Amino acid sequence: MTFSPRWLGLVLPLANVAIALAAAGLLVLAIGENPVEAMGIAFRGALGSGNGIGYTLHYATSFVFTGLAVAVAFHAGHFNIGGEGQALMGGLGAALVALALPDLPWPILLPLAILGAALGGAAWAAVPGWLQAYRGSHIVITTIMFNFIAGALLVYLLAGPLRMAGSMALETAAFAPAARLPSLADLAARFGVDLPRTPLNLSFAMALVACLAVWVLIWRTRLGYAIRTVGANAEAAAYAGISPARVTVIALALSGALAGLMATNEILGVQGRLINEFAAGAGFVGIAVALMGRGHPAGILAAALLFGVLAQGGAELSFEKPAITRDMIVVIQGLVILFSGALEGMVRHGGLVLAQRLGRKAVPA
Amino acid sequence: MSGWLALLAALDSAVRLATPLIFACLAGLWSERAGIVDIGLEGKMLAAAFAAAAIVAIVPNPWLGLLAGIGASMAFALVHGFATITWNGNQIVSGMALNFLAAGLTAVLGNAWFGQGGRTPQLAGAARFGEVTLPLAEAAEAVPFAGGFYAEVISGHSLLVYSAFLLVPLTAFLMFRTRWGLRLRASGENPAAVETAGLSVARLRYSAVLVAGILCGFGGAYLSIAQSAGFVPDMTAGKGYIALAALVFAKWRPWPALGACLLFGFLDAMALRLQGASLPGIGAIPVQAIQALPYILTVILLAGFIGRAVPPKASGTPYVKDRS
Repeated sequence: MTFSPRWLGLVLPLANVAIALAAAGLLVLAIGENPVEAMGIAFRGALGSGNGIGYTLHYATSFVFTGLAVAVAFHAGHFNIGGEGQALMGGLGAALVALALPDLPWPILLPLAILGAALGGAAWAAVPGWLQAYRGSHIVITTIMFNFIAGALLVYLLAGPLRMAGSMALETAAFAPAARLPSLADLAARFGVDLPRTPLNLSFAMALVACLAVWVLIWRTRLGYAIRTVGANAEAAAYAGISPARVTVIALALSGALAGLMATNEILGVQGRLINEFAAGAGFVGIAVALMGRGHPAGILAAALLFGVLAQGGAELSFEKPAITRDMIVVIQGLVILFSGALEGMVRHGGLVLAQRLGRKAVPA
Repeated sequence: MSGWLALLAALDSAVRLATPLIFACLAGLWSERAGIVDIGLEGKMLAAAFAAAAIVAIVPNPWLGLLAGIGASMAFALVHGFATITWNGNQIVSGMALNFLAAGLTAVLGNAWFGQGGRTPQLAGAARFGEVTLPLAEAAEAVPFAGGFYAEVISGHSLLVYSAFLLVPLTAFLMFRTRWGLRLRASGENPAAVETAGLSVARLRYSAVLVAGILCGFGGAYLSIAQSAGFVPDMTAGKGYIALAALVFAKWRPWPALGACLLFGFLDAMALRLQGASLPGIGAIPVQAIQALPYILTVILLAGFIGRAVPPKASGTPYVKDRS
């Protein structure tokens, strides 16, 4: 390990994003468009209007949940790439509650549906966690497998047992209104405030609470201490009386619950029914978000907002410049994962060299 | 007799569906045996599939397409090597990054260059690897069973299919009967010992990662210019991950890898055929259950309920030379 000055921890993520965006700019240039203009359109589209901001925050909400999910597992020393499947199972959990108990009043049904989302995701992550902890099955492989199994299971259920009668689409019947999270526009209207109608809903507030809760959990509780200790050195943790196996299962279940809560945004907040492939890659964006946010909820919130801007801005951009499709976001996502994850050592090294050149104190340990 | 013919047709399509899995699975085997975990098989194949189809769309020569595919895949492999070997980066993270980069880049470039929503133009027959009829295939058809098997299942595939099958003994030989193979496997099990013997772990691992790049190049080119007539966004559709599952299933050994890929290819062929069909005594089998079967089997295997799958000991950990 190398000692690095404190400010580097803040500068590095920014440098990573700058490198990733610069590389994406080169790609835009290569396909014959103006990168500066493209970036202008994207940012205006994402932040230039109340409507755009609503969509941006809506996308960011999902990314906060999936980013926190990856981060919690990371702190326990595990790489959960199953966020996508866990989100799908979260949707299933929410849908089962909402469809089974349609007559309950909302103060009971809505919390139950949210709990269903968390439990669905938690269950889908706890199994790979248990297999890792007690059977030694590598969690990266099993969570990949579980993504595919979840996808297949959802298609099966939506094509068969859960399909709305008389519909050809892969979707369930609509939930009772009591099971739906209110949109922020509706909430604001009650207080006489006029907001543009966007998919932004109450799960945005839940995402903010989740950030705080994860911070408290990881850095202010006994369990969080156990999780971090296991992540840093499982043998030392065992020596200190912490069971790495137990902590692994718990951390993975919590991680899955957070990924499952992503479904509250899309399913309880927007669709009001369970649809196929609703996670739309948000589970994977969570990896980039967690890496860029360096596992800290504040960083994850910032990174999720950036990816929200990219998602909404990219949509606007592809509308105005058909040559630049929304797949550009996937490229940027890959670049961010590459530079802030895999090539982190290189960027850090560059930062340290630069720091020394600038004459600051950056003493290698 | 019609049941026999149906079985032959299913086996024939299993061979075609298994071919990209074999390429990718062997690629993973080379990389992981040398100590570099590769979940970027999917991305490398996708990049190769696009590069092959894009080149062939301009110059209708499948060999050039194959070369382009291999080149693109090796470029991705080099990035993986640079991040994980030169900079000791996390191998899983690097593989994920490559998968996203490939998915995004192929779609963006495909759309910009050909303007068909990311597809490349449909390729004419001469631009693709055609099917090869093996000698005596027509005459053999008269022979019951064995002849039909030869004519239907073994004969009539593209050159790339046969190269996939030939690569299995070649891999087994290079990996287990040559000095290079021994050293590669050593750097996947105990890199410090390799270094003590005066060899460069980094160089060995780079060579393995590049071989993986070549093999994924074959696999991708097969998808776009042999099996299909052009590139479609996300045409690998998870095959890189199935190959990864097959690799675990085969416990990182070449011949079992062939078996696992054929099994998963056969399951894939059956999933297509059993759509809506009903089996006596069981009833309708949901297609999704067959599609999910490779993943479920792999999880059960990984859980140690049917034998134990132990990866190369040092795979996944960067080799850091100096003790600091």
